[in-house]
Amino acid sequence: MQTRHAQCLIRRSSASAWLLLTSPMLIAQGTTPSTLAPASTPAHQIFDLSVFVVAITGGIFLVVGGLLAVVLFRFRARKTDPLGEPAQIYGSTQIELAWTVIPVLIVVVLFLTTARIIFAIQDAQKPKTALDVTVIGHQFWWEFRYPKYGVVTANELHIPVSSDAAPAATFLKLTSADVNHSFWIPQLAGKTDLIANHANTMWMDPQKPGLYLGQCAQFCGSQHAMMLLSVYVDTPEQFDTWIKNQQQPAQQDPAVVAGRKVFEGQACMNCHTVSGTAATGRFGPDLSHLMSRATLASGAMDNTPANLRQWIKSPDTFKRGALMPAMQLNDEQLDQVTAYLETLK
Amino acid sequence: MSDYPLPVSQVIDPSTSASERVTFLEKLHGWVVTVDHKRLGILYILYSTFFLLVAGAEAVMIRIQLAYPHNHVLSAQVFNRFFTMHGTTMVFLVGMPFLFGFANYIVPLQIGARDMAFPRLNAFSFWMTAFGGFLLYYSFLGGAGLYGVGNAPDVGWFAYAPLTARSFSPGHATDYWALALIVSGFGTLGTAINIIATIISMRCKGMTLMRMPLFTWLLLIVSMLTLVTITPLTAAQFMLLIDRYLGGHFFDTQAGGSSLIWIHFFWIFGHPEVYVLVIPAFAIANEIIPVFCRKAIFGYPAMVAASVCIMFVSLSVWAHHMFTVGMTSVSNAFFTLSTMLVGVPTGIKIFNWIATLWGGRIRFTTPMLFCIGFLFQFLIAGLTGIMLSVSPWDWQLHNSYFVIAHFHYVLVGAVVFCIFAGIYYWYPKATGRLMSETLGKWHFWLFAIGFHITFDTMHFLGLLGMPRSIYTYQPDRGWNFLNLVVSVGGLIQGIAVLIFAYNFIVSYWRGEVAGDDPWDAWTLEWTTSSPPPVYNFEEEPEVHSRRPLWDLKHPGDPDWEYES
Amino acid sequence: MSSIPLGHPERTVEWHLPSKRRVGMTALIVGESAIFTIFVVAYVFYMGKSLSGPTPAQVLEVPILATICLLSSSLTILRAEKAIEDDRMRSFTVWLGATIALAAVFLTCTALEWRKLIYQDGLTVSTNLFGTTFYSLVGLHATHVVVGLVLLTSIFIFSLFGWVDSRQSERFGVIALYWHFVDSVWIVVFTVVYLIGR
Repeated sequence: MQTRHAQCLIRRSSASAWLLLTSPMLIAQGTTPSTLAPASTPAHQIFDLSVFVVAITGGIFLVVGGLLAVVLFRFRARKTDPLGEPAQIYGSTQIELAWTVIPVLIVVVLFLTTARIIFAIQDAQKPKTALDVTVIGHQFWWEFRYPKYGVVTANELHIPVSSDAAPAATFLKLTSADVNHSFWIPQLAGKTDLIANHANTMWMDPQKPGLYLGQCAQFCGSQHAMMLLSVYVDTPEQFDTWIKNQQQPAQQDPAVVAGRKVFEGQACMNCHTVSGTAATGRFGPDLSHLMSRATLASGAMDNTPANLRQWIKSPDTFKRGALMPAMQLNDEQLDQVTAYLETLK
Repeated sequence: MSDYPLPVSQVIDPSTSASERVTFLEKLHGWVVTVDHKRLGILYILYSTFFLLVAGAEAVMIRIQLAYPHNHVLSAQVFNRFFTMHGTTMVFLVGMPFLFGFANYIVPLQIGARDMAFPRLNAFSFWMTAFGGFLLYYSFLGGAGLYGVGNAPDVGWFAYAPLTARSFSPGHATDYWALALIVSGFGTLGTAINIIATIISMRCKGMTLMRMPLFTWLLLIVSMLTLVTITPLTAAQFMLLIDRYLGGHFFDTQAGGSSLIWIHFFWIFGHPEVYVLVIPAFAIANEIIPVFCRKAIFGYPAMVAASVCIMFVSLSVWAHHMFTVGMTSVSNAFFTLSTMLVGVPTGIKIFNWIATLWGGRIRFTTPMLFCIGFLFQFLIAGLTGIMLSVSPWDWQLHNSYFVIAHFHYVLVGAVVFCIFAGIYYWYPKATGRLMSETLGKWHFWLFAIGFHITFDTMHFLGLLGMPRSIYTYQPDRGWNFLNLVVSVGGLIQGIAVLIFAYNFIVSYWRGEVAGDDPWDAWTLEWTTSSPPPVYNFEEEPEVHSRRPLWDLKHPGDPDWEYES
Repeated sequence: MSSIPLGHPERTVEWHLPSKRRVGMTALIVGESAIFTIFVVAYVFYMGKSLSGPTPAQVLEVPILATICLLSSSLTILRAEKAIEDDRMRSFTVWLGATIALAAVFLTCTALEWRKLIYQDGLTVSTNLFGTTFYSLVGLHATHVVVGLVLLTSIFIFSLFGWVDSRQSERFGVIALYWHFVDSVWIVVFTVVYLIGR
């Protein structure tokens, strides 16, 4: 059994080797959701396994491909060949037996190595300190619920960083409100599908704080491509601040009461929730802390007042096929409701 | 070219005088009502070539849209229709008809038969397939109008439920998909039954099963596999239509139904289907490689056994398309193992081909060049398949561009390359003229270069986290340059295919006259004239080995003295 | 090509290959079995999963008469096969008629059962998962019985006109093979729907 130190060394050196080989392609490294830059245990385990698999398949390629290349060169037809046909060889039982047995042995080795990782990831015991998050997929946005905290948010997931000193895994429960989706943040874990009536689980324990990108990975309809994912891995302090803010009911600023009336008077509250108000719709994202998010429409555009106003005016501008209808508000109503939403920090 | 004076069938020329010249309409009528396997084979091939160009154009449009992030060449809705139609067309209207077209033309000739077992069923099956394709493409004209490309299916070629339910796919796009494939599925079933009956019941004297050309053997296996492959899809599509029109709940999650059961049924069809597509590619390679290296295939019985093995094991691997749906760890492990195991007989075939080439005298004609490309590419495709079979790694790679790269490596790198090889090889037999070798080599090199630029690069896009089925991507994810490279390769392939199309058409009139046996080959089809007479053989042939023409050309050293 | 004497030591052996018609029908049966298997799998998968509505135990009665009739029709068609092989055409017509009658009884029983289920029990394709899977599976089978019935009736009419004799015995055998298949499918459907699933 290798020590953790040795494992770490191997992991780092193989990661470096991979990164070196593939670095020309890692443009904008910071935001590339690369499977080759794992930052969480499941992603690391998969990466290490993949290095082993590439070593074996690469070896097979060099041997078989090399043999093929040699044969094509050595036995090309030449003008100096004698007349008539070459010797006809119909088969050889020993050779054929050998090249049946060897692949089977390779399969056995590959399979046993793989099985170990399947069980390690899928059947991992959930630690008592784990954070539970329920993910519900919608066309074309993500709903995140933190049952222990009573928090509901959308599209941007915040989870705590994990370290050896303070392990903090996050266990996700995945399901769908409509069609099939798939949750994929390559640097943190393999993807798992969100299927209605069929709850799935996955876990991750990111070891470095930061922003990790991903997106829906199961075709779910017209705007599948813009069902983007952001996962913010927070330090314990950052996570604490964030969750406490999310737990507060939505701000009630008297200056924007006109906008709030537009929100509640037009059909907005049929689809959206704003905690502490009469708006309890669940078809669309929870807007209680809309301004705590960096983007709108699950990553389609930056969260700016101009974008927000345009989105409400006409979602088709950014995401044609999104299920939010254009609400047919006039300019004054748009200004007011945007001002209201801008206070939901 | 053969120097031996072969006792070939004489062509009995039915028309004797100018007054009996056939009008164009009569000729056309002859083709429409034909039950002759050779004509139907040519109709299949022309049909598939047409749709190859159409689906290829769809692919070029897709790649133009994806060449730059946030491009506006195709809207989301149009893009989703294009990638659905590209996949559906390539599998059902290009791949299957090409391969059944080859089977139709060549199998009766190779077994010394007059025609297929059921000629009228043959014609019926072709026209069902053709009508299914017509129905699928008619969808472009329906719905909201042509620029939104009408009602063309937009649910992916895999059409997962519940996206295909009435509530999520209103309109008729999904119905066109289901109905068109049900209709062409009946055609496929008819052809499969026909091929099986022909091969089992109509072989000429002396041609035992173990003396059949490997092309025929593998098409027997493919047809048997087709019987249990296409039918689950037909069943699932009926279920989908029952849901959409009769209020059924097969895939209705609100009523307790399951999306998973669609996924299982689809891949129970979908995985063996890729073997239905690739085994005929092996069949073609099995004919061409020996002829152009001047040696018998190495290990004929093992090649047969490996193919039968693949037929059975391929029925047990389907859930490797489903590693991310949340099956138990034990299920995932099982399907990992079965998928790795199916790689063993498949890999063995590559070794047999290398052993065939060993000690030979390799002639690099166009058909052979395509087969060599096939060998390298199929090796790589098999290895990336092994990578995907490792289920934890598949949890990253599934539904990413890595998978698209892998299956295009198989479907283009193996199947299309072998289809091209087969066309260059048998075109002289069907038309009496050779295709241009010069244009053929241009076609090969351009296509191979374009292929590798596109599909080698695509693997890395998958590793860098780019999922499939997306009409655009964010510019800050590091995928921009690679996507542009992939698109450029696609355009190069398009040019190559246009060169091929030109060669295909013009050689009919300007190609060098081929004669009966331009390649100096060894199976029965090369004993007939080029093109063969309507009745194929004057008298039923009698064979004593796997290479009857070798025996004739080498009376002092016939195969039957060496074959086990 | 075959006119060249090859001087091959092997004497020209008797060359018998299976009948193409039997092979073709067998292949069709294999394909159809795959379709039925998928519908049976769906039925089994959804057993007990309906969220509402009548359950099989509440509304299904074991169709004993229908089953006896259909399975007996396999025996009568067997007799018809023997008759046509021996060129006993009157006997053939009688046994074929019996087969058709038994099949008609089966279909009538099915129709009566469905009328009861729809009008008395309120069970349709859209009622619940049981309704969807039941009508699809049993209906698919009944469709195959109807197709077989049409084929058999056509041959019956031909034989009444005296157009059928022992030269068609192989072709009739192929239709009979299809009929035996339809009966075997019923055995599976009966077991799954009326015995296990109830």
